[in-house]
Amino acid sequence: MIGHLMELSYLVAAIIFIVGLKWMASPTTARHGNALSAVGMLIAILVTLLDRQIVSFRLLLVGIVVGSLLGIWMARMVKMTAMPQMVGLLNGFGGGASMLVAAAEWHRLVQPGAVMPTDIAVSIYASTLIGGVTIAGSVVAALKLQGWIVPDRPVLFPGRHALSIALIAIVIAMGVYLGNAPGTVWAFVVMNIASLLLGIQLVIAIGGADQPVVICLLNSYSGLAAAMTGFVINNHGLIITGALVGASGIILTNIMCKAMNRSIWNVLFGGVGVVVATSDVDGAALRAKGVRTITTDDAAALLGYGKLVIVVPGYGMAVAQAQHQVRELADLLQKRGVEVQYAIHPVAGRMPGHMNVLLAEANVPYDHLKDLDEVNPFFERADVAIVIGANDVVNPAARHDHGSPIYGMPILDADKAQHIIVMKRSMNPGFAGIENELFYNSKTQMLFGDAKKSLLALIHEVRVLE
Amino acid sequence: MTETLITGIVIFTLAMFVGFEVITKVPSLLHTPLTSGANAISGITIVGSMVVVGMGSTRMATIFGVIAVVFAMINVVGGYLVTDRMLAMFGQKKEPEAKK
Repeated sequence: MIGHLMELSYLVAAIIFIVGLKWMASPTTARHGNALSAVGMLIAILVTLLDRQIVSFRLLLVGIVVGSLLGIWMARMVKMTAMPQMVGLLNGFGGGASMLVAAAEWHRLVQPGAVMPTDIAVSIYASTLIGGVTIAGSVVAALKLQGWIVPDRPVLFPGRHALSIALIAIVIAMGVYLGNAPGTVWAFVVMNIASLLLGIQLVIAIGGADQPVVICLLNSYSGLAAAMTGFVINNHGLIITGALVGASGIILTNIMCKAMNRSIWNVLFGGVGVVVATSDVDGAALRAKGVRTITTDDAAALLGYGKLVIVVPGYGMAVAQAQHQVRELADLLQKRGVEVQYAIHPVAGRMPGHMNVLLAEANVPYDHLKDLDEVNPFFERADVAIVIGANDVVNPAARHDHGSPIYGMPILDADKAQHIIVMKRSMNPGFAGIENELFYNSKTQMLFGDAKKSLLALIHEVRVLE
Repeated sequence: MTETLITGIVIFTLAMFVGFEVITKVPSLLHTPLTSGANAISGITIVGSMVVVGMGSTRMATIFGVIAVVFAMINVVGGYLVTDRMLAMFGQKKEPEAKK
């Protein structure tokens, strides 16, 4: 009876998660949706405490308290710019938990007297594999995004596909071996190590520009890992919830891939994000042509006397912590009767929707944030497109240059505006490491320098206009 | 293949479809909070971790279990709080807080 009630409580928690996710569809209800979802989690945790299988509470509570405190600390400390790393790491912890639960169950079930049914064994191995890939992959992705230890560029070595296949084969082989000789510790350890290595190897080969996809994919894996844990301990609530998260990750991965016009296989195994030598844009010729620069007062006049200004924010703006200045400038312009819109590319920032969060942090009203399809028709009418620290998402090479690594990626049509002002620190190429012909366009004028300082100067100049 | 495994697979597949239906409706504006919110939900492994620790079977299993509880709890608490932090910024119309 109690068992049935518990099972039903997990179902209730799962339904609450679904409703919570549904509320995520609108900015006005999203916060409540998240809170509701947290209530679902609380129910699941409280119900589990009532589980008759649970006999010792002391260690359990210690674990809960320590984990909660660390979680609170991390959530408070993280900067909005570092959100992708944070989500990556949290994913990793989820995957790691799944892997550890599998290990614990395995150890319990290979004790003398215990029996391990085949389906449980298979679930344990699947949980080990997915959990291991998730934690190792997430840590590598987070390190890449943070720019620590692991290089940003794809790390490619000959035979890496063969190595991946070999690692998967090792996991399967160990599973089969364990089927015949349960309790062989070394085989289980080898399986765990192979899973972790596979996670490292899969993510390290993917370049910095593709990390948004990796984050989504790992999110999906962490859900699948949770579902596998559900199979291991035979808990339907876990299976449903894990599947929900798995689906969310798959959808976002798909959206990201579409935004880059690439297939998921291409992202995962193509080793793209490397500079391709066959590009028909002649970088040297472009550089020889040189760029035009603009002074702050000229830029201020262009902006201040325009009708429609479209701001194209990129990660460079976030790095310079210039969101607040961007909004201040936009407010000033709006006061002068200039219409200001923000053009948000799906891969602006380093995870899906990241740029929206950064601008929301600066109190930009969310209805001014336009996505790619919404804003592109407006560029032709725009007097000025002001590109702040964005690069690849406005590179016209994506339209015509078949050799370019970003060829086919939908871009913001900033080059169609009457004037283009590009605010940039220097002429260094962007995340994908390629030359941008927009900078050499005859309508483009560059405003070099730290985005924040340039914006402050611009704000000052717009104020004294009249 | 046992009855339990089949039931599990059925539930898993149907839940995936529900997930697709619900999540396709979330606008790109909210994709970051969605990812971190879903991520917090994936911390549901906490349930598995708690059962493993609570059973107090072998010492090894308990050690793994406690670490799993800590990990899953970081995932849950960190995930929900950070999502809330982000969502609190959407829709607010007040003056910008003093930020460095």
